[in-house]
Amino acid sequence: MRYLPLSDHDRRDMLAAVGVKSIDDLFVDVPEAARLAGTIEGLADHASELAVERHMRGLARQNMVAGDVPFFLGAGAYRHHIPASVDHLIQRGEFLTSYTPYQPEIAQGTLQALFEFQTQVARLYGCEVANASMYDGSTACWEAIAMAGRVTRRKKTILSGGLHPHYVSTAKTMAKFTGDVLETAVPSLDAAPDTGSLIDRIDGETSAVVVQYPDILGRIGNLSELAARCHAEGALLIVVVTEPVALGAIKGPGEMGADIVVGEGQSIGVGLNFGGPYVGLFATREKYVRQMPGRLCGETVDAAGKRGFVLTLSTREQHIRREKATSNICTNAGLCALAFTIHMTLLGEKGLRQLAAANHARAVAAAERLTQLPGVELVNDSFFNEFTLKLSKEARPAVRALAEAGVLGGVSLGRLYPGEADLANGLIVAVTETVTDEDIGAFAKALEGVLA
Amino acid sequence: MTINQGGWRPEMGAASNDDAGATYTGNKALMLEEALLFEIGDTQTTGVDFDDVAGGVSRLGGLERNKEIGLAGLTEPQAVRHYTRLSRQNYAIDLGLFPLGSCTMKHNPRLNEKVARLPGFADIHPLQPVDTVQGALGVIAELGEWLIRLTGMHSVAMSPKAGAHGELCGLLAIRSALEARGDAREVILVPESAHGTNPATAAFAGYRVENIPANAAGRVDLDALKARLGPDVAGVMITNPNTCGLFEPDMKAISEAVHAAGGLVYCDGANFNAIVGRVRPGDLGIDAMHINLHKTFSTPHGGGGPGAGPVVFSEALTPFAPLPFVELQGKQYVLVEEETAGEHHASSFGRMAAFSGQMGMFTRALTYILSHGADGLRQVAEDAVLNANYVLRRLDGVLDAPFGASGPCMHEALFSDKGFAGGLSTLDLAKALIDEGFHPMTMYFPLVVHGAMLIEPTETESKATLDQFIGALRSVAERAKAGDESLKAAPVHAPRRRLDETAAARKPVLAWRAPGQAEAAE
Repeated sequence: MRYLPLSDHDRRDMLAAVGVKSIDDLFVDVPEAARLAGTIEGLADHASELAVERHMRGLARQNMVAGDVPFFLGAGAYRHHIPASVDHLIQRGEFLTSYTPYQPEIAQGTLQALFEFQTQVARLYGCEVANASMYDGSTACWEAIAMAGRVTRRKKTILSGGLHPHYVSTAKTMAKFTGDVLETAVPSLDAAPDTGSLIDRIDGETSAVVVQYPDILGRIGNLSELAARCHAEGALLIVVVTEPVALGAIKGPGEMGADIVVGEGQSIGVGLNFGGPYVGLFATREKYVRQMPGRLCGETVDAAGKRGFVLTLSTREQHIRREKATSNICTNAGLCALAFTIHMTLLGEKGLRQLAAANHARAVAAAERLTQLPGVELVNDSFFNEFTLKLSKEARPAVRALAEAGVLGGVSLGRLYPGEADLANGLIVAVTETVTDEDIGAFAKALEGVLA
Repeated sequence: MTINQGGWRPEMGAASNDDAGATYTGNKALMLEEALLFEIGDTQTTGVDFDDVAGGVSRLGGLERNKEIGLAGLTEPQAVRHYTRLSRQNYAIDLGLFPLGSCTMKHNPRLNEKVARLPGFADIHPLQPVDTVQGALGVIAELGEWLIRLTGMHSVAMSPKAGAHGELCGLLAIRSALEARGDAREVILVPESAHGTNPATAAFAGYRVENIPANAAGRVDLDALKARLGPDVAGVMITNPNTCGLFEPDMKAISEAVHAAGGLVYCDGANFNAIVGRVRPGDLGIDAMHINLHKTFSTPHGGGGPGAGPVVFSEALTPFAPLPFVELQGKQYVLVEEETAGEHHASSFGRMAAFSGQMGMFTRALTYILSHGADGLRQVAEDAVLNANYVLRRLDGVLDAPFGASGPCMHEALFSDKGFAGGLSTLDLAKALIDEGFHPMTMYFPLVVHGAMLIEPTETESKATLDQFIGALRSVAERAKAGDESLKAAPVHAPRRRLDETAAARKPVLAWRAPGQAEAAE
């Protein structure tokens, strides 16, 4: 067995050194009745690389690969080009096969990269501090709601109808157990986000308002007035960003007064991977840092006075605080955070802005082309690289029909909001820099056929 | 523009006066210092080429960025060098033994990496029509089935993102089951030796946490546990094998006692590597257990994640498992998301995260399980346990093993700092191991042993590596027992000497600021 270095000879010597006759003597604490007599039902014995790869390729072949077809899905996961060097660098064994940097003297590589990551995220979001990452955007969103509760000591949170429905579901699950009160809504197919209705609902019991920017339908709302209204009532504004590339084109939420900004970082450096692993981003004001969940990397010096980095403020965390911790999170998304930070470094400010401009231009072109079709209306006034179409037919079967025609043509609102008849004709279309004119043409032609 | 406005390039490696062999650059041959990204990059440099975009219509709602973000860029050669240099300041399994107890730092097979990157897995969207992702759903179903069979449980929830997320999943299912029978309870019992995530998770799930004492043999004190059980106890969280590296021989009796008192049993599966293929936790009466795919099933730790923490359930808890699920209907896999929850899974406690779990980890773990097969997985457990016992016994008389007399350990060997002289501590010994070229063991955990040192070699270490490690440990332990003051200075050969963690926490610097800005902020 290729992953096991001990030979039978080693095993005999080692059993003798331990002072037992057989391996079974090392499992004496396991009661006889609990020992598995046979093997695992149905599981074959060990297999060669070739055989295993063949099996896995067989499974992979049963999926329609995004890169093989005209592809327009978004809604929280985006297909962008990732420079080849990103994957090369994260596969270096010193990154790939290291652990949480508990021994900082021999983990400065991971720690310095995390410090750079935190700086990039804070700047991108327009916040003062960011943590070393969360599981993903949806769990980061709940953690932000929980953190706001610790800061304001209030229990009521208002969630915009424009917040990703999976994020809403995740928060609802948690709130059931913590006693938090969440006011939720489904989106309506209006041209602008629901900022006005959120402003009207804030009161002295509101802990936080959660708004997505751009929202699930792709609409972009100004956050300044919302932030001011939150602050007037002692509430926090939480802004969720599922498409970080957008922030290369539009203002950072922190600039407009957001207190906590969280989101999904997948777009930068991390592939689609059928939904995971991704990387949650989390940033806030410096004054709230001790209420923040997740790992933090900080600068310090070593015994010889050289600059170095360590995990810090761990008195917030579960391994020290146990049941009094700010969160039970232990693992973060280390390697995905590294991929994010390397891709962001390759882009830099200039590249991120160019990438964002390319995305917006592609999306504008696609919206113009698709709305020329009969039975297709654009819902949005504003959008970045994602917008919502209202079709003359129910969108969910239309998406299936498009797939049969070899086009992955967006995410239907019927998939995201089953049972909401008013939304059934809505289709969210994402258009990134990977989409060509030919792709847009193929999509338009197929959609025309489906709607005819 | 230049972000590092002073034009100053920090000589971050600059040597202090007492540093023998100091160099102009601060570098020492292959040990290369590296400045921060923000000190070498600037906002006008990029490592990615884009076609020019004609300035067309803007539909950004009047919210165009009009201020600089302050993101530093590097060209590709600069970026490759920056991160390659950083990587070389890390210890890793690929470099040597990484015996962190309870972390299961085993070799990460590269076939797993290759498979996870197949476009059929890496380049598919979580919301594609299910007809177009049958292979992905097949991976989830197939891996889930093996996890069920390996643990002898009834069902599995695949979506939890990491071990602690899996713990939360298990506890939420327990709470849902108790509430469903109108018997909400308040207390979760956790052994003193538990990993910190256990009490944190129980508290997050709304429970009060009480400790269960350990007996002199390092196991749960069954009588004390039974005495505490009652109508207020929702359940117990037990790690088995436990964090002292010992199997809980009374596990079945514990489960029966908890069930008899109306509670449920959560098992922390962090240490499943010791028993995989040899013991099925389901045969011990547990109700829920998470499995760290990044431990037992070798998905890479990546410097702290991503993980994956599927949870297996007993029949009693199955109805409460979280969404989404993959189900086989006829010959077609379907994904049960919110929409059908009302019809088929009315008791599910809901969704724990967006989408359908850590596919990138699933492909790796499934590849690993198929590579090892039934005979290989059993051998994994046996070799992991043999390696740990070899370390335990070869250090007889060198380091104090508080539970050594009670018999063999499982996959990890536990020692205390008894006998260290001159104020030397576990920390000093650990730092000295760094100079010997090893990653230290887990320190000061579990809390029940003074100056604990928890060593988990795993099955992927050869006897020669273990012998060298044992020799090094013997050497530093003898120095610690002799009160050798020089240990306090260790490590002296690492990229950094001991780092001042107190200073880091007192006045946190969590992001880079240009020198002028940093002063202005004070």
